[in-house]
Amino acid sequence: MSSMILDTAEKIFTRNANVLSPGTFDVVHWTEVEASGFTLALLAEEAGGFGLSAGDATSILRVSAKHASRLPLAETMLANWLLADSGLPIANGVTTIALVDALPSENCRSVVATRVPWARASGAVVVVALDGRIGSFDSPRIVAHGMNFAGEARDDIELVWSEEISKAKAPRRFETYLALCALLRVIGLAGSAEAALKLSVEYANDRVQFGRPIGRNQVIQHQLAIMASHVAASTAAADMAATAFPLVLTDEDRFKTIVASAKIRAGEAAGICASIAHQVHGAIGITEEYRLHNLTKQLWSWRDEYGNEAFWSEVLADQMLSMKTPSPWQFLSREAVHVD
Amino acid sequence: MDSNLGSDFSNAKRAHSWLGFDAAFSRSLGKRGWVGMTLPKKYGGHERTAMERYVVMEELLAAGAPVFAHWVADRQSAPLLLHYGTEEQRLEILPRIAAGECCFCIGMSEPNSGSDLAAAQTRATRKDEGYCVNGTKLWTTNAHKAHYMTLLARTDKSDERHGGMSQFLVDMRTPGIEVRPIIDLAGEHEFNEVRFDDVLLPPTALLGNEGDGWKQVMGELAFERSGPERFLSSFALLNELVRVLSDAPDRQARQAIGRLLGHLMVLRHMSQSVAGMLQRGENPTLQATIVKDLGTIIEQEIPEIARTLVKVEGSLESADTFAATFARTLLAAPSFSLRGGTREILRGIIARGLGLR
Ligand SMILES: Cc1cc2nc3c(=O)[nH]c(=O)nc-3n(C[C@H](O)[C@H](O)[C@H](O)COP(=O)(O)OP(=O)(O)OC[C@H]3O[C@@H](n4cnc5c(N)ncnc54)[C@H](O)[C@@H]3O)c2cc1C
Repeated sequence: MSSMILDTAEKIFTRNANVLSPGTFDVVHWTEVEASGFTLALLAEEAGGFGLSAGDATSILRVSAKHASRLPLAETMLANWLLADSGLPIANGVTTIALVDALPSENCRSVVATRVPWARASGAVVVVALDGRIGSFDSPRIVAHGMNFAGEARDDIELVWSEEISKAKAPRRFETYLALCALLRVIGLAGSAEAALKLSVEYANDRVQFGRPIGRNQVIQHQLAIMASHVAASTAAADMAATAFPLVLTDEDRFKTIVASAKIRAGEAAGICASIAHQVHGAIGITEEYRLHNLTKQLWSWRDEYGNEAFWSEVLADQMLSMKTPSPWQFLSREAVHVD
Repeated sequence: MDSNLGSDFSNAKRAHSWLGFDAAFSRSLGKRGWVGMTLPKKYGGHERTAMERYVVMEELLAAGAPVFAHWVADRQSAPLLLHYGTEEQRLEILPRIAAGECCFCIGMSEPNSGSDLAAAQTRATRKDEGYCVNGTKLWTTNAHKAHYMTLLARTDKSDERHGGMSQFLVDMRTPGIEVRPIIDLAGEHEFNEVRFDDVLLPPTALLGNEGDGWKQVMGELAFERSGPERFLSSFALLNELVRVLSDAPDRQARQAIGRLLGHLMVLRHMSQSVAGMLQRGENPTLQATIVKDLGTIIEQEIPEIARTLVKVEGSLESADTFAATFARTLLAAPSFSLRGGTREILRGIIARGLGLR
């Protein structure tokens, strides 16, 4: 991973300190993030990006999650990639993504999309439909405001048909788009879990009860060791999924398998990590003032967005069972990303 | 496997996983160049990379091949000899390991020294003719079949808990060694008690430097813990489960199997990166410990999940392969988080890595 990008990301996301009410984000901070080019990080150089690897590009999201920077970055990043991938013009500013059954048409002029990330702040929505079409809609009408635990906007919007909407045949299968969105959440889960572990270990070394740091007790050590294993699995899942990103263009099936595995693993780790982190922290951890909840709320929200563990487990099992002779090993070894 | 073991080598047999012992099979793997793969050519090796070796290990484990006759020697004794052995020891033994002909056992644990390995009491006293060993090793897997043991013994009084220990390369035919079988809960004879009664070892039996035993053993354990056998022990049962369920899997079954696949996929990725670290000469102790801890959890979950999805009354003798494979795996499961360092000891290592100890 390029350390320059990480350094820049660390600097920018550490500066984010403004506590704002849920459902909003720090516009000044966002301007800085945009100015740094992060929203274009997934794009290839020809498409206006900087030629970063997917691993580098997504590492920005990991840092952002670690700092619980509540920003529409993941969505904007991916929305720009989706537009470029479909040959549609790149939008400016905050852009989001909605997955729907069908785009609005002359026959069915209005379509409602639910829980669209940061729709209220978005200039454009990239809409991917199950019927194989993709379109870009400007300034969607908000039907209802909503939020996830982490205070990120998740709004219901109405998409209305008009002649001018730019649309195209979606170059990928619908589930591939779902997997792309899930990949972003896997990265975020890994960053959140990592930060929650760091905070918990520091706390266990600082907090003194019965005359010694609580972390000197073997029970606490073992709880944190369990958490560390799940954080390691979560991080491995994120690395595996990010490395698999280029497969989107060449082998959508394999890409789906890898992201499904990653989301299952990171999703399961999320609940365990949140629970141990809170237990180790005691009462201070559930206060609004202490920052642990910003991380655990991300864990609790993102594990359920774009398919929970049960959903992706079924996808994975179906893929394996659809082999001519279902073989777990052939399935695993065929589908894995090779690391060296 | 088909040509050596026949195509009817059932999942119930494969469920022995890497504890399946078949000297002829190990020799034929040696002939193919699949043992001692990373060793230098002058020691009979094939100078393959750690990743190449990893791929072969994985395939063997996933297939449930009976690899135990050479497994320990290939996994940890060969690297130990390569690092610390004398040229004479290496030339004598490494080629036999690479040929798949040499079986090793590990003489670490004792009656009063399990997790607390530094409490070992077996003593090797220096004499003019060499070393005189007295003491008892316990749980020594394959001692009754092994050609050699790598023995951890005290050579000195030391104020330091970890000091004064040394490792020896013990020819199991040496007079005075008595191997007594210990039968396990599955009725198998895998481990033993090994008694040393005034056993005289030649000076050339010393492995590495006198007093470095602790350091060497810790290095050996890193190899012992880092391989893919730490998450694939129950794979035969997963295969059986899929075979039995694949006709009409309900939702619960698909969710459970998909979840296992997802976990195994990530574990495999983690295990591969440990192999990558070994290849680059980095120290993967912490990462390997994490993979082993997570791996044994999944290995132990598989029989529990299997019995919720398929109605079964396990029996080793059953003619029904599912029931027999289930039984074999279930009865082996408790050992997964004991052998090679208990779960609690591993978590202590992880906690130390976190800076809590
Ligand atoms: C199948 C099998 C094969 C084996 N093969 C070999 C072999 O070939 N060679 C060899 O040398 N050994 C072998 N062993 C022995 C193995 O290494 C030991 O079983 C292991 O190190 C634990 O030692 P113990 O059984 O004496 O348990 P103990 O150390 O007595 O532990 C009992 C329990 O107490 C826990 N415990 C101990 N100390 C602590 C602590 N400080 N904090 C918290 N919990 C603690 C342990 O985790 C465990 O749960 C084998 C074991 C098995 C099961």
